[in-house]
Amino acid sequence: MTGDSTEERGLTSAEITDLINLVKRIHGFDFSGYSKASLKRRLTRIMQLKRLEFYDLKHMLINDNAFFQHFLEEVTVNVTEMFRDPLFYKALNSQVLPYLSTYQHVKIWSAGCSTGEEVYSLAILLKESGLQSKSFIYGTDINTEVLKEAKRGIFSLRKIKSYAENYQYSSLPGTITDHFTILYDAATIHTELRQNTLFSVHNLISDNVFNEFQLISCRNVFIYFESHLQEKILDLFYRSLCPLGFLCLGSKEAIRSDSFKKRFKTINAKENIYQKIGT
Amino acid sequence: MIKRWQESKVLLLGGSAGSFKLLFRAVKYFTPSLNKTVIIIIHRKKNFLSEIEKLFADHSRMYLREVGDKDSIDNNTIYIAPANYHTLIENEGQFSLDVSEAVWYSKPSIDVTFESAAEVFKNNCTAILLSGANQDGANGLLKLRKQGSLTIVQNPAEAEMADMPAAAINLKAADYILNTEEIFQLLQI
Repeated sequence: MTGDSTEERGLTSAEITDLINLVKRIHGFDFSGYSKASLKRRLTRIMQLKRLEFYDLKHMLINDNAFFQHFLEEVTVNVTEMFRDPLFYKALNSQVLPYLSTYQHVKIWSAGCSTGEEVYSLAILLKESGLQSKSFIYGTDINTEVLKEAKRGIFSLRKIKSYAENYQYSSLPGTITDHFTILYDAATIHTELRQNTLFSVHNLISDNVFNEFQLISCRNVFIYFESHLQEKILDLFYRSLCPLGFLCLGSKEAIRSDSFKKRFKTINAKENIYQKIGT
Repeated sequence: MIKRWQESKVLLLGGSAGSFKLLFRAVKYFTPSLNKTVIIIIHRKKNFLSEIEKLFADHSRMYLREVGDKDSIDNNTIYIAPANYHTLIENEGQFSLDVSEAVWYSKPSIDVTFESAAEVFKNNCTAILLSGANQDGANGLLKLRKQGSLTIVQNPAEAEMADMPAAAINLKAADYILNTEEIFQLLQI
């Protein structure tokens, strides 16, 4: 055994609870229902990146408002891809869009949209299936910084190229770069794809219904929440969906609660696409 | 070593390039008399569908499944970490998943699961690190060793890719360095 430096010392449960309470009291963000294993990793990571001890971190959270925005960005996972799980987009195309095409207007909510990759993937899918002009996509996140990036719609060319394989597996025509204007190493999403989108702050834990949607996509967000919080947000989604509206969760996230299993019909069990039933 | 193996409640198997055959052989070996939870983390590309799970499940005599979010951790079950997620141990009875940054260019990362297992299961694991071409798993194995879990590394001379076991040995993360057949002899006990 070696006597290790601070980077080896993990946060204790009591310290994590302490931080959760502090952030809730001072900044109004409630992380108490977050999955602890992941939260602990994120907090430890911030302390390592910033070279902070536990008490330094507390001090910064209390006294430095700018630091809190950064903290929020780091503690929530903002890793995302365009066309992540390509078969989900394929299923959406074949099983859901034909149904949505019967509506006059299609409102879509991408909840926990981070830097906008999913919103623009959906926009491309809608365009390719001819639904673009009558649809509108709302992207929301708790993080103002990532939303700024999402709004700009500019990605590094290297990143966009790394999504080329996803795009191909999703069976859409052409290549992903067809949807971007490329200048040196920056790829900007075509203006027409940005037109029917709106990015705005929404906190799934504390904010309420803000519109009625035909489709809600919230993928790889539930994994960060404990089961009781997942259920609370399922209720928010249920109330935000029109009758027979669709809910899409991540490929490893399923509706587990019995009461919600009765209120959602499974459209695709593998890709976790559900449809609201009942009232 | 044998006593610690027999007493451990969880078997963690981590492998990358060159480990598939060994893991497949291990999966075929296990019977419910094992009386442990088995968690397998194998590096693989995203977008390749669950061929591994299907192949493993077809040849396993134990219940085998890919980990889903908040799945329970049960005895005598073999769990496979899903591609494009990190698999974390939320508590003794529950997994959780994470899509955060790749570690050593890997998602799933063996380090992430091993470190998380070290925090939750403490000294109740046996962890075996097999062939691979990067350094993933070494840090996690060291954490497990420090918590008192039994840590075993495949002899790099016998591994198809020596880097991963060699990295763990360099970090002094291994209680034992075993040849392939010795590993299987232990698993049979």
